[in-house]
Amino acid sequence: MAKSNEIKYLTAIKAEKRPKKYCRFKKLGIKYIDYKDADFLKKFLNEQGKLLPRRLTGNSLKFQRKVGDAVKKARQMAILPYVTDLLK
Amino acid sequence: MQHYELMVIFTPVLSEEEYKTAQKKYASFVTENGGEVVHENPWGLKSLAYPIRKKTTGLYWVMEYTAPSIFNEKLKIQLLRDESVIRHMFTALDKYAVEYNNKKRSGVSTATEKVEA
Repeated sequence: MAKSNEIKYLTAIKAEKRPKKYCRFKKLGIKYIDYKDADFLKKFLNEQGKLLPRRLTGNSLKFQRKVGDAVKKARQMAILPYVTDLLK
Repeated sequence: MQHYELMVIFTPVLSEEEYKTAQKKYASFVTENGGEVVHENPWGLKSLAYPIRKKTTGLYWVMEYTAPSIFNEKLKIQLLRDESVIRHMFTALDKYAVEYNNKKRSGVSTATEKVEA
């Protein structure tokens, strides 16, 4: 029997290499997330105005929490909506 | 002494003068109680993301100040009693927030603006 590393394929297997996700706050050295800046916070929301998961944004846990806090503050002060359609 | 930020939404029915006197009232209230106003920023009329008290617009006002920690409770009572205030929020600022605000005021582009989606 052939060893697994000796198996040859007729067509090359597509090995898709995704670029590694990174935390933009750590990379750019942003220390404070401003709740007053609605346009910036919208990058972390989906079309219904819900927070995007860390899985998609790539934020570190520390900054994901800070983004969440900032979004919640902005919602309280009617800078961002609680629920909506077509935010973007 | 701690840095704080206060954001107030006044009713849109206020006239320009009433808006200004209300700002002055709270700013002087800070200084009377041993605080210091660092910066004031009246945003003016802005549409709300959702209606509050059947109003779709509001007059925003942001003030940054330093004050002793017991002061916010006093200010809160004043704000809740004021009928022209439809919403207010205190934010305790850490050193990074103070730095960010200073940078933003001095016109240096803050790092958040450079970030792309």
